Amino acid sequence: MSDIKKIKDEFLHKLNADLNIESINQIKSELFGKKGKISNSFKNIGSLPTEERKKFASDLNFVKDELQEKINKKIQEIEIKEINSKLENEKVDVTLPERNIVQGKIHPVSQVIDEISSIFSEIGFSVEEGPDVENEHYNFTALNTPDNHPARDMHDTFYLDDKKELLLRTHTSPVQVRTMLKGKPPFKIIAPGRTYRSDSDQTHAPMFHQVEGLHIDKNVNMGHLKGCLNYFIKSFFEVDKIKMRFRPSHFPFTEPSAEVDIGYELKDGKIVIGEGDKWLEILGCGMVHPNVLKNVKINPDKYQGYAFGIGIDRLAMLKYGINDLRAFFETDYRWLNHFGFDPLDVPSNYRGLSR
Amino acid sequence: MKFTIGWLKEHLDTKFKDNQIIEKLTDVGLEVESFEKVSSDLDYFKVAKIINAEQHPNADKLKVCDVDIGEQNTVKVVCGASNAKKDLLTVYAGPGSVIPKNNMKLTVSKIRGVTSYGMLCSELELNLSDESDGITELKSNKYSDKVGKNFFKNNTDKVIDLSITPNRPDCLGVRGVARDLVAAGAGKLKNISNMKIKNSGPQKIKVSITKDKNQDCTIFGSCLIKDVTNKESPKWLKDKIISLGQKPISAIVDITNYVMLDLNRPLHAYDADKIDKEIIVRNSKKGETFEALDNKEYKLDDDMCVISDKSGVLGLGGIIGGTRSGTEFNTKNILLESAYFLPRSIRKTSNLLNIDTDAKFRFERGIDPQSIEIGLDRAAQLITKICGGKVSKFDVQRIGKVKKNKIKFKISLFEKIAGFKIKDKEVIKILIDLGFKVSKKKSELELIIPTWRPDITQPIDIVEEIVRIKGYNNIETLEPEKNRIKDTLNKQQKLFHFLQRSVASKGYFETVTWSFTDSKINNFFKENYKEIKIVNPISSDLDVLRNSIFPNLAFYLKKNLDRGFRDISLYEIGPIFKDNKPGEQLTVIGGIKSGKISRLNWNEQNRLVDVFDAKKDTIQTLIEAGYDRHSLFIREKSPSYYHPGKSGSVYLDKDDIDPVAYFGEIHPNIIKKLDIKTEALVGFEIYLDYLKDKKIKLKDSKSKFQFSDYQKSDRDFAFVVDKNFKAQDLIEIISSIDQSLIKSVKIFDVYEGENIPKDKKSIALNVTIQSEEKTLEESDLEKINKLIISTVETKSGAKIRS
Repeated sequence: MSDIKKIKDEFLHKLNADLNIESINQIKSELFGKKGKISNSFKNIGSLPTEERKKFASDLNFVKDELQEKINKKIQEIEIKEINSKLENEKVDVTLPERNIVQGKIHPVSQVIDEISSIFSEIGFSVEEGPDVENEHYNFTALNTPDNHPARDMHDTFYLDDKKELLLRTHTSPVQVRTMLKGKPPFKIIAPGRTYRSDSDQTHAPMFHQVEGLHIDKNVNMGHLKGCLNYFIKSFFEVDKIKMRFRPSHFPFTEPSAEVDIGYELKDGKIVIGEGDKWLEILGCGMVHPNVLKNVKINPDKYQGYAFGIGIDRLAMLKYGINDLRAFFETDYRWLNHFGFDPLDVPSNYRGLSR
Repeated sequence: MKFTIGWLKEHLDTKFKDNQIIEKLTDVGLEVESFEKVSSDLDYFKVAKIINAEQHPNADKLKVCDVDIGEQNTVKVVCGASNAKKDLLTVYAGPGSVIPKNNMKLTVSKIRGVTSYGMLCSELELNLSDESDGITELKSNKYSDKVGKNFFKNNTDKVIDLSITPNRPDCLGVRGVARDLVAAGAGKLKNISNMKIKNSGPQKIKVSITKDKNQDCTIFGSCLIKDVTNKESPKWLKDKIISLGQKPISAIVDITNYVMLDLNRPLHAYDADKIDKEIIVRNSKKGETFEALDNKEYKLDDDMCVISDKSGVLGLGGIIGGTRSGTEFNTKNILLESAYFLPRSIRKTSNLLNIDTDAKFRFERGIDPQSIEIGLDRAAQLITKICGGKVSKFDVQRIGKVKKNKIKFKISLFEKIAGFKIKDKEVIKILIDLGFKVSKKKSELELIIPTWRPDITQPIDIVEEIVRIKGYNNIETLEPEKNRIKDTLNKQQKLFHFLQRSVASKGYFETVTWSFTDSKINNFFKENYKEIKIVNPISSDLDVLRNSIFPNLAFYLKKNLDRGFRDISLYEIGPIFKDNKPGEQLTVIGGIKSGKISRLNWNEQNRLVDVFDAKKDTIQTLIEAGYDRHSLFIREKSPSYYHPGKSGSVYLDKDDIDPVAYFGEIHPNIIKKLDIKTEALVGFEIYLDYLKDKKIKLKDSKSKFQFSDYQKSDRDFAFVVDKNFKAQDLIEIISSIDQSLIKSVKIFDVYEGENIPKDKKSIALNVTIQSEEKTLEESDLEKINKLIISTVETKSGAKIRS
């Protein structure tokens, strides 16, 4: 009896010392080895009187478990200590730079085209495209701008032949004509793309971007035009309220025609859209001229609708505070990095247009 | 189109305030560009205060004054007046001002060694009184808070500048503008005194319009005014001309200009004594020349409408007069012309001769053919009033008749287009105010179009008239319907947007450059495409449409290298052009990469960019777009602007004829010739038009999910093959041995050199073998091993390396 307690006290004392794994294994075999003290004690059970055996075995088992547990705990402690000290040695300076990051950028014009497409998609428009090189017929004549019309002077056209039949499109409106010629009404399309005018100064670039809109059906009137543009402008600038003004104007391919201004104010030298009492012209629109419909073999007594043309670069400038139009096309790496968008930042209806 | 607000009110009887008029103009579609006073010479004279007056160092009678003119700093003025002293309020005239008394223009000048900026004026110098003794003294109770303000009130009328759209020639005259305002409820149109002139005697110079085949002059009205005294215009007329930013010339010229601006009725005055016998309106013959009033000599072509006399051409009808018959100050007798020319002829001739004049601008937009007499009348009245003289009867020659244009207008069309309703009565009133003759037949109006509105030809034009006069703010804003007729993007467009972002995600910056480029750079990249010249380029170094994305990328790469960047990744997606016809274009995504990978990196080895970077970006982009890597096939063929040994082309399938992409290092010669200072330059191009539609939609291909859970085994091989033998072929040979067992083939080493014959190379491969039916036994593996070796050796001539 006192033997067991002696063993227990002796070894608990030993185990309380600062040990390494070898000395613990030593202790372990002293106790539980073939000739270990606990093992020997078990062998002694048989030599005890029957009435003491049960209690002895029970006490011995109790001590055995206690010591066993103590040893396991001790081993665990040492292992943790060893691992910790190993990890301590492996320590690196995590403030060193990460491995190289490559981050590409999407040009603001492309981003804004995606934003525009996303907005118009929501109200049922699909995207159409047309060629950059046009002939005089699609760019002008079919759009009710005959050769002898002074409205042609409003476009400084790049020509590709001396007869002035082939040219770089001066607007995206020829896409209207092409779309209507190849299909049947109703039409509900937008056509974003490159446009060209031989005009180059601080606020004009010889190439710029426009988005054309066209909605032709049986009962599309000026109210729908107003509603559509109001919806677009509000969505695009991500504001709740927008001040819009429709002014009568003239384009040969629409009648009646309008130019649209939006309200803005200057705050700290920055244009803030939606409030204020200043007006900024942003687009031209109108009801498609019956002559244009006739030119594409659509009966203007049966079908009618609206068209609009918006400057994409200008929209991008207004929304993202870009001052200089020319910079869009100058491929300055710093500019592209600053004004470009992350490629994962895809404008969509459900995630929102912009972050 | 400019005019003063006072001039407008000569035609418009209105209670509107100026700003209401301006607003109304915008509302009816006459866009106001500006509304402001023209700056006056008198703006130079400021109320000023002498802050300090000291004795001039070199002159007894002069003082040097520090003068407060309301600006941040005072100015130094040398002054001889005895009353110039501290705190005096007076009138300061800055450099550039003209002293009213003597018309002397002031400049900054040194007076006895002291620089004087402007001067302090006496009352005499300002024409205020005869007081010349000392400078003007202003009362402090009236002027003390006005320092820096203009001393003279600017009495000039405010000038309205309108931007008139080409469909509205009638509004190129002040009266036309007034008419629109009246229709929009801004007041009443004043009557203009009409036909008051006393004509006496016939117009003695014979006028005839020849009946040439394309005679573009249909009416020629004229009158003779005898015994005039041409002179400078009176002040009211000069002021009007000046307020529009034009220069007064002489009373006769100014009057014809004034009538043109007032009524949009161009006139021309000839010195009648310089006309040889008679006026003949005819078509020109090729080779005829004449000297125009712009002092240029023009060589005419056939069939240009000219006004001529017995000796030759006097002027180009409706465009410009000639020097030979021009009026001068000593002109005694004048012939006044008021004619009608067809717009298309004016446009054609002026385009051919490249002449732009005010008359041309008006005639090509359409002049009121009924305004012949009223124009003559107004001008003759003014000429006789100012220059004296006797006016002959009006002679009007015409060929054909002026047609009355009529339209039937269903009132319901208005609501159908505009989307809102207005009363019939209001419709009729608007049209009458605009000059239409209206008669109502039930729900239809019969309209006679005013002759000054050549733009109105059909019912839709009437809708526009009503809606713009009524106001666009009456149009409702209807919520857009959200029904969609077809998909927003078609497959090709989806691909475009996908590739655009896919390439950017690999670290490239997207750029947008002109569709045109410098032919000198383009030549390096045009290959077999035709050079497409722009007839009228914006500059000589942007003279052709681009045949490739690379010319502009190369150009701007260079610019960015100059900015100090070295590792540049740029791409553009857009059109390249094959020919100058519509549709002869391809959509291409082109990217370039320069410099090094991992430059200045503490834990990654830096290296130059190479062909395999370009290849990776190309192939990965195609894989991301949904093309199967195993079907993609690489050939060595590539355009000449790539390094011939370090470039290739990609085919969607081995059997395809057209490559979908090129990749490689850019040809060193081109880098050298373009003087691009970079350590390494690679590029790639993907042709969207050649990317075939993937037949299987994702929803179908995703649904078949198969995999094997049986044990995988890896085996390594090393083959010695001919140096020119393609790795791609080796992989192909092994892969096709047994597709159900060979799951992947990876090349992990390529070696040339010691222990390998000179014309050979060693390729080491790892092959993954896995069955879909069972766990392979060692014997199965041994079998397939042997098969791989024997097949490769037979098909490629390779030897397994032992």
